[in-house]
Amino acid sequence: MANPDVTKLESIAREGRVQIIRMLTHAGSGHPGGSLSVIDILTTLYFNRMRYDPARPRWEDRDRFVLSKGHCVPAQYYCMAKAGYFPMDRLITLRKLGSPLQGHPDRVMLPGIEAATGSLGQGLSVAAGMALGLKLSGKASRVYCVVGDGETQEGQVWETLMSAPKLGAPDHHLDNLCVILDYNGIQLDGFVKKILDLEPVTDKLKAFCWPVLEVNGHDIAQVDKALDQAEATKGAPTFIVAHTVKGKGVSFMENEPEWHGKAPKPEEAVRAIHEIAGDSLPAWAAPVVAELSALGKK
Amino acid sequence: MAAKASRAAFGEALIELGARDERIVTLDADLAKSTMTAGFAKKFPTRAFDVGIAESGMIGLAAGLALTGHVPFACSFACFVVGRFETIRVSVAYSDAPVKLVGTHVGVAIGEDGYTQMGLEDIACLRSLPNIPIVQPADEIEAKQAVAYAVEHAGPIYLRLTRQNLEPVHDAGYRFQFGKADVLRPGNDVSILSTGGPVWNTLEAARKLAADGIHTEVINVATIKPLDDETILRSAGRTGHVVTVEDHSIHGGLGSAVAEMLGEVMPTPMKRIGVTTFGESGDPKGLYARHGLDPDGIAASVRKFLAR
Repeated sequence: MANPDVTKLESIAREGRVQIIRMLTHAGSGHPGGSLSVIDILTTLYFNRMRYDPARPRWEDRDRFVLSKGHCVPAQYYCMAKAGYFPMDRLITLRKLGSPLQGHPDRVMLPGIEAATGSLGQGLSVAAGMALGLKLSGKASRVYCVVGDGETQEGQVWETLMSAPKLGAPDHHLDNLCVILDYNGIQLDGFVKKILDLEPVTDKLKAFCWPVLEVNGHDIAQVDKALDQAEATKGAPTFIVAHTVKGKGVSFMENEPEWHGKAPKPEEAVRAIHEIAGDSLPAWAAPVVAELSALGKK
Repeated sequence: MAAKASRAAFGEALIELGARDERIVTLDADLAKSTMTAGFAKKFPTRAFDVGIAESGMIGLAAGLALTGHVPFACSFACFVVGRFETIRVSVAYSDAPVKLVGTHVGVAIGEDGYTQMGLEDIACLRSLPNIPIVQPADEIEAKQAVAYAVEHAGPIYLRLTRQNLEPVHDAGYRFQFGKADVLRPGNDVSILSTGGPVWNTLEAARKLAADGIHTEVINVATIKPLDDETILRSAGRTGHVVTVEDHSIHGGLGSAVAEMLGEVMPTPMKRIGVTTFGESGDPKGLYARHGLDPDGIAASVRKFLAR
């Protein structure tokens, strides 16, 4: 959207990083690295892009969001709470028995989640199916799908990358679909480059007939501009390669594969929050630090 | 009525239903001519999607279409559809996306193509998912009504269809009821439960057994999940002997479903007739004979079971 309030969006993302750390610390497990790498993208989508109504999660004309890399759903839960889908205090029920905030997204338990994901490789094809369905119904809604880089090693991703640019032609091109790659370079077992390199990923996508944009996935203005371009592109879906840093915002997590799927201990969480929010904590972060410090003393 | 493959009945039903209901779309993975959706595609080209030989992607796309209000039929050979179990498990079942999964070319009855094209484990796999009913019609009239039911069913569902022609086992007034087994022939000595392709052979076997004075109750179990416990228990309670006949692995199919239910509610001596090995190439009749699914084979198994 024109002239995004970047300062405001950055402050929402900063609070998101704190809440991600808080949720995972309470849960005692989960995936901080990818949640921190994707939060700026999700903040831009939820607070400066998508049309939705938390009071009517099944509103027919809403835009759809599919987090195909479902293990990073804490970032999405924060955005949903912040947007008003459920109270912020429910975030710390993440991964607890009976909570709709499942370890990986559950469409049935949590209204506002569009597809169950977490079994990697599936979300993009579901998102493309939604884009096609919306086109067939004559809806103007858009579909956004975030895929992971490790996830993009799955064959099913490439099946859909091959089909989506021409699917629905000539009357129902999927120009309502925008795919964003959270390219943080790390997967569970180590560096993507070492395990199964995606490069040259932009060339591959172009060869598959996708318009491709490259952005710094932590630069909200850049992400927003690319989303504008995607929306203006007619006749084809758009792919945005968002270069990100795994664990972004927490020095001891950044670019460290061990933080792919490990929750911080309370004292680590307090350190992380000080790094994110600053040493003189803002009013909203102080209670979180107090709460986590108390958790550490239990 | 002439013999007709349930896949052919499916293709005809789709065209009829598709004319009335614009929500219906089809997805295929380069087998539209075999799954018999090609007629629908010709009639409604903007609602038929052949996505190439990419079944996982096809099922994911179907989930997305289902979640945006359409009624997608995702079709391929049963082994290729259910072979993408993980996508069915998460994107269809767990997401509760009302996809209509269609697996054709089931069982050894496909013949010459051999094992890799035979759906022999599809029921076993899908039975393990909490919210996917499994329906296998036994003839044309039942197949057409089952397709119409699938459109109306609120959630995901699986239709299991044959390549080969099926002799009619129902008269023209038959009404398919989801979740209900139908007694095709009454009898008091033994209950034989069958589904899909071998139902007609089971009736033939019953005629042979009648000549020996063995009175067989033949029950067509079109809905394998959820199982019609009531009809099966009523019959088993009267005959005290239960045989199942299916063109599917004996592990996890109709026989297993019936044994699990009876074992908990009313343990009853049972014999399961079905496939116990990989399939193989050959003529369909010869394969049915080899696997004991022809009328003589079924009758012989029943005699042996009763004489044990």
